[in-house]
Amino acid sequence: MTTTLPERTQASDHVEPREISRTSTGSDAVFAGGARAIGASVLVITGSVGIFLGYQGYPTLKRYGLDFFTETQWLPDDDVIGIAAVLVGTFVVGVTAMVMAFPLALGTALYISEYAPARLKPTLISLVDLMAAVPSVIYGLWGALLIMPHAADLAIWVDRYFGWIPIFDVVGGNPEAPVPTLARYGFSSFCAAIAVAMMVLPMACAVMRQVFSQTPQGEKEAALALGATTWGMIRSVVLPFGRGGIIGGTMLATGRALGETIAVVLILSPEFLLKFRPFEQGGNTISALIASRFNEASSSQLSALLAAGFVLFLITLGINTLAAIIVNRSRSGAETD
Amino acid sequence: MTLTAGPGRPDLPTPSPADTGGAAPGLTHLPSYDDDAPQPRPRSSLGRLSPDELFVRVGSWGAALGLAWLVTQRLLPLAGLPWFLISWFVLGLVMTAVTTAMTGTRVDVTDRVTAAVITASAAFVGLALASTVIYVAVKGYKPVINLNFITSDMAGVGPRDAFTAGGVKHAIIGSIIQISIAIAITLPLGVGTAIFMTEVGGKFARVVRTVVEAMTALPSIVAGLFIYTVWILALGQPRSGLAAALAISVMMLPIIARASDVVLRVVPGGLREASLALGASRWRTVWHVVLPTARPGLATALILGVARGIGETSPVLLTSGAAGFLVVNPVGGAMNSLPLFIYTNVRSGDPVAIQRAYGAAFVLLALVLVFFIVARLLARPRSNAPSRLRRTKKDS
Repeated sequence: MTTTLPERTQASDHVEPREISRTSTGSDAVFAGGARAIGASVLVITGSVGIFLGYQGYPTLKRYGLDFFTETQWLPDDDVIGIAAVLVGTFVVGVTAMVMAFPLALGTALYISEYAPARLKPTLISLVDLMAAVPSVIYGLWGALLIMPHAADLAIWVDRYFGWIPIFDVVGGNPEAPVPTLARYGFSSFCAAIAVAMMVLPMACAVMRQVFSQTPQGEKEAALALGATTWGMIRSVVLPFGRGGIIGGTMLATGRALGETIAVVLILSPEFLLKFRPFEQGGNTISALIASRFNEASSSQLSALLAAGFVLFLITLGINTLAAIIVNRSRSGAETD
Repeated sequence: MTLTAGPGRPDLPTPSPADTGGAAPGLTHLPSYDDDAPQPRPRSSLGRLSPDELFVRVGSWGAALGLAWLVTQRLLPLAGLPWFLISWFVLGLVMTAVTTAMTGTRVDVTDRVTAAVITASAAFVGLALASTVIYVAVKGYKPVINLNFITSDMAGVGPRDAFTAGGVKHAIIGSIIQISIAIAITLPLGVGTAIFMTEVGGKFARVVRTVVEAMTALPSIVAGLFIYTVWILALGQPRSGLAAALAISVMMLPIIARASDVVLRVVPGGLREASLALGASRWRTVWHVVLPTARPGLATALILGVARGIGETSPVLLTSGAAGFLVVNPVGGAMNSLPLFIYTNVRSGDPVAIQRAYGAAFVLLALVLVFFIVARLLARPRSNAPSRLRRTKKDS
């Protein structure tokens, strides 16, 4: 048995190269077309939400102009509508929540990725996921009824010793009174922020942990081999590597914190004042405003609420986009792609 | 160059006979063993703390516990558990720093103290989670132990009636109906979009990806407001379970699409190419290779979206209306759900109603937990042994 070369006939002497085409045919074309259709429909659904919000809010923005952003009161009956107070309140709650959530999220992420025994790691990761899955209304209950008295105690203490710093002051509260009034110290942005922090913490933690876990093992071992302590290794390898993840995770969580509704509605007593004092009772956020006012709203008020919602959406969108850019630009983001 | 330092190199110090154990200078030699020396002990395991190190670490925190009690209960007027925990933490750090400084350098102190801070922050987060779960369980078990709490609804039950009457059956069933509709809408669309973005690609896919990623920023209350304005006010539909399900879908769709996209993107390209090279069509590649590979991740993505959807109150608040009785038809008017039931009862301010809210919160938490565990079980990668067995059986 020998291998034979195929005999060349005269006809096949002149070979045309096969035409190469990337256009899919047959079932492939059906698949690509179907997937494209699904993608297009999702684009229409999600895109229409954003466009609709902008379209509905436009009359309000046109009517009130810049006053919409500088007016603090929300009195639709007197034709005075503005989101200055709620916008500030949104940021006060969001930033206070992140001040609490950031160090805890960072610490937890570092613990899970660097310190925890290997056997415990999957369990801890699941627990963080579980924490993200706990409904926000439950954190609201927890914050309003279990944490608030203790938080008020802390607020009294802060007011007593740091009240001279404007943002820690509690106007109308008397910390030296034998029984300080809980009403001035509870129901504050700070109390709401504790519940919000619980909600956004697992999100920030999950992003950070994921980035930390992608740190090149070789670099970590190199640092340890050069005699670094665990902390020295973290500081010189893990943290610089995960910087994008830390910033990005924090910003994603901030976006979530700004839009959180139910915990805020349950805890914060509504008030339309330009207020930068998180420890003082009262405040309001855009989402809480929508939740409390949508029911009695006429069509023009609804437009104003939609405009407020649109502003909130734009803010979270901006923050999320920035976060995505930062995560993707960092070295750690490059490897996930 | 030789290894031996011969007598011809006077610049090198010649090892004295004492150093080399009496062997001839300048020659490589085997070390001699001292027969009288004690047997070498096996080295205790690497990385694990030696007993005295362990004692220093644990002892510091034990000492801090005692000090904290002394400081908060006897010396300073700082009553209450929070102050006790805070002072325990601060004193624990101080004790750790002091005990480490006794034997180590500044580097050791920094290392120990940061390790303590990081461990403590993780423990604090764990404590907060545990306190939430335990608090809800302790407050909510009272209504739940009456079986009627999950087998009857609130029809004809006053807010102040005893726990032996009324329950949350309507809210549980409402929640399940709403989330089922939402899953039926978002799962095919979300995963389909993710498949489009990763497997088909192109310029249009980039546009879709940008928009979907942007819409994950949509606050849930705004999703509710959107459905409220379009579905209920503009189209004149009544508040119903379907409206609530639509609001939840608007919120969940970008979340699921994006999470699935991330999962599908990490499926190794080699697997796809292998399948295509074997002659499979693109659809079969997706169905038999890409999706099974990404199954654990997809399950996690879905379950996180579902947990978010079932627990989110704000979209439901605007769209479903709170009925006190069982409604099974999603378009048959107001339909209650668990988060909404909790919210309305807490807002009512009535102590019995708040108790009921805790009971409902307990049920909701249990529901989320069950979802979560089921997802973990589903997401577990199938072990190889049984599947190989099955394959050989089929082949033979």
